Amino acid sequence: MFGLKADWSLDIRKRYFTLGDYAGNEARWCPGCGDHAVLTVIQRICRDQQIVPEKTVAVSGIGCSSRLPHYMGTYGFHGLHGRALPVACGIKSRRPELDVWVATGDGDCFSIGAGHWLHAVRYNMNMTVLVFDNNVYALTKNQTSPTSGFGLKTNTHPQGAPLAAHNPLTTTLGITNVSFLAQTIDWNPAHMYETIKAAHAHRGFSLVRILQRCPVYSQDVYQILQDEPNKLMLLNHEKGITLEDKMANLFPTQKEHDPADMSAAYDIAFQQMPVPIGMIYHNPDVPCYEDISSEGNDMGMEDKLASLNKVFDQFAI
Amino acid sequence: MTKPEVVSTDSSVGKTRVPTQIDEHIVEIVSDSGEGAQKAGQTFGNISAKMANGVWTVEIIPAEIKPPARSPQGASGIRIRLGSHYITNMGDAADLVVALNEQVLYSRIATHAYKPGTVILLENKWATDPDPQIRAVYQSAVAEFRENGLIIQEVPMEEHCLKLTPHPRLGKNMFVVGMLSHIYNRDVDKAYHEIEMTFARKGEKVINLNQQLFQAGYDYARDNIDYHYHIPAWERDSDEPLIVTNGNQAFALGIMASGMEMVAMYPITPATSASHYLADVFHQVGGFVHQAEDEIAAIGFAIGSSYAGKTACTITSGPGIALKTEFIGLAVMAEIPLVICVVQRGGPATGLPTKVEQGDLLASLYGEPGDAPKVVIAPATIEECLHFVIMARKLAETFRTPVMVLSDTNLATGVQPYPRPKPKAEWLAPPIDQSPWEKGIAPYQWDENTGLSPRPVVGQAGGEFVLTGLAHTYESKVAYDRDSNQRGCDMRSRKLAALGSTLKPPSVHGDPEGDLLVVGWGSTLGAIEEAVDRARAEGHKVSSVHLRFLSPMEPGLKEIFRHFKQIFTVEINYSDKDDAPYINAENRRYTQLAMLLRSQLLVDVDCWSNVHGQPMQPGIIYNELSRRLNAMKGGA
Repeated sequence: MFGLKADWSLDIRKRYFTLGDYAGNEARWCPGCGDHAVLTVIQRICRDQQIVPEKTVAVSGIGCSSRLPHYMGTYGFHGLHGRALPVACGIKSRRPELDVWVATGDGDCFSIGAGHWLHAVRYNMNMTVLVFDNNVYALTKNQTSPTSGFGLKTNTHPQGAPLAAHNPLTTTLGITNVSFLAQTIDWNPAHMYETIKAAHAHRGFSLVRILQRCPVYSQDVYQILQDEPNKLMLLNHEKGITLEDKMANLFPTQKEHDPADMSAAYDIAFQQMPVPIGMIYHNPDVPCYEDISSEGNDMGMEDKLASLNKVFDQFAI
Repeated sequence: MTKPEVVSTDSSVGKTRVPTQIDEHIVEIVSDSGEGAQKAGQTFGNISAKMANGVWTVEIIPAEIKPPARSPQGASGIRIRLGSHYITNMGDAADLVVALNEQVLYSRIATHAYKPGTVILLENKWATDPDPQIRAVYQSAVAEFRENGLIIQEVPMEEHCLKLTPHPRLGKNMFVVGMLSHIYNRDVDKAYHEIEMTFARKGEKVINLNQQLFQAGYDYARDNIDYHYHIPAWERDSDEPLIVTNGNQAFALGIMASGMEMVAMYPITPATSASHYLADVFHQVGGFVHQAEDEIAAIGFAIGSSYAGKTACTITSGPGIALKTEFIGLAVMAEIPLVICVVQRGGPATGLPTKVEQGDLLASLYGEPGDAPKVVIAPATIEECLHFVIMARKLAETFRTPVMVLSDTNLATGVQPYPRPKPKAEWLAPPIDQSPWEKGIAPYQWDENTGLSPRPVVGQAGGEFVLTGLAHTYESKVAYDRDSNQRGCDMRSRKLAALGSTLKPPSVHGDPEGDLLVVGWGSTLGAIEEAVDRARAEGHKVSSVHLRFLSPMEPGLKEIFRHFKQIFTVEINYSDKDDAPYINAENRRYTQLAMLLRSQLLVDVDCWSNVHGQPMQPGIIYNELSRRLNAMKGGA
């Protein structure tokens, strides 16, 4: 009758999570800081995906962006400068069911934590890693970061940064087992939403570099990209990130790019201008380290005791 | 097979075939690296342990993998002390040595490993080496050794092994085991079985060859070597079964028996062999060894696992501790349970990677910036290495703190039989609590008296909190105010005091009062007690105390110390000699435990130490006891 099956039932969720469930302390970033926008996007994605708050951990290092866990309503781990990734990997190692997010910055990830970044990409553990890249050390008040452009005047280089900016995109693509790399901008929440959503959906280590404005120390570094949107290159593909037309139309420069194509991805990552945004590389088939590291974590006490006895017996005399 | 020529050079050696009964002997096998001396020693040690002798073996390890052949600094080998009683340390000078070349003996002589009368069975192929220079240095070394009282017996080991294998360099070690097995009257069936176990992975062909080499050595000794001893079995009080391990294996077994499932490590001598063994068997109890990209990542990974409810362990040595310092501070600050096994070596910097030192005590206690109270314990025996790790996980979880377990190269490479533990369910970590968190309980709901607080674990609904390394409130909110920081420090320190209140005063070895009291910690236990026993047997009023808990410190020490005229620590870490240039009572730098005891107890605790990189030997401690007793007599 009326096309309904007789045994239909309404799927009522036991719990429905609202944005409030993902909210922690009131964010204390500076007014106008791009971090606010990222936080809002993360919370919306959590709500839209109905991520279970107590099964979720936001991990961070030290820096402005690393305050993010405090503003989430989930579990959080605000650890040491540069060391978010080892902790996040450790959390995942025996608890693969947990949803792990990492908030880190250009100094935290690409400088003091650079070694961990390389190896975490290679472990390819399933987590969503957001690098808030504002081209500067902000929390410690305006020092040169690895992504500071040549000539950027900072407190450590008042005459201008002496080196060209490091390109973390090409570095990431050069690491064995890289499985997801995307870039987005904090001043377009729709693109940021779709990018982070895709990163979260990927099973593996998803690295998203967010070009993020610091209103106090590096307010100018992305100004040109805002003033002249043709200097951004929107990457489109059916397997990549898609925007609604009216949003996509804001980007005069667009490129069809298959994120499975490593060689094309590298060319895009390498070029300085226009700045690519969207999914640069994606390989859903790279094995995840937690599949190995969590083996045996369901072993019962009896089995363990029996095995222990066997192990001890090997040393018997 | 033609009977080889008898090459005994000492006319005083008799020809008796009845073994002479002895109480104990110290045997060494020394060679170039890669000649299998350690494997030979372990095999011989295992055979001896299985014949119910007390055994202690310790490896002689050069720092390089393949140092130049025939060089004193390249000496690689093993010492096996075996006796008809419980053996707790490496002892003093060796009684019998098998050396595969003469050059490696120089480094052992330099460390006073031998005495006049030590018998050296020396590979004689160098006497006929095609290189005239080798022949010359060999002859002059043999002459020099004899002049110094060593009894050199040249043995054509190479020649005999060549009859069985074209690669005598690889096979000679089992020939050596064969010789030793005849000299010490070992059970041949047990030896064959042991060789089978040693080479089980290499297949029957290799096992057979090694058994033949063993037999050749055994027959050679029977026909040509006049030393023939019997060391009766160790009369034990109980017949409970024994296991034989080294200290690093004991750490690994303890980790498994504690229920910990994650070890994150980075390779570092002398700690790594614990992870080698663990990596081989950990999966049998559902565990995993993560080799991290560096020491910092190793502890970070372990902390991540611990934070998520699976208390983890990281294993390292001094340089690794230096690198892990910041994370240890975080674990203290944020109250994350964690077990840190530290196998100490010589420091500072790269120091003496393969040698013994007890130099990381103060770094463990005070290495972090700010106040970072944590539990520091030190096993004194190989058996304790196993049990202390089990205790460490429980302490870490109960007191919500990192626990550092300090062993050293001496324990790590020493091999000793001890009672086989009977694994118990209560040793294992319970499953992670995923029940909803009780409303209204803060993540740091410190008990004012004990500093203890219940810990929400990821997955517990309602327990969500953000752990932080910043000063924080009960609710784990970042707090810069004066009261919150004071409270946090108070509470973390109070946990140590609360734990300390549950400890018993240590027992005194010997009489509870007397002239001299020796205080030690860690691997020196056996050597100290043997030296004290020797002095006591001569009627001296000497006792010793050995500390296992260094943080919190064991209670009751002041009361124990009150009953002795002089107290001094024996340690393997640096102290200024009191008569060194510029040194006086005010500026003298004491050993690490002595410094702790002096500051904590306001007792004039003296110290005696060296940093020779060697395990403490009972003989040198005994000499120091005698020196002090004489000085006291002279002063009275």
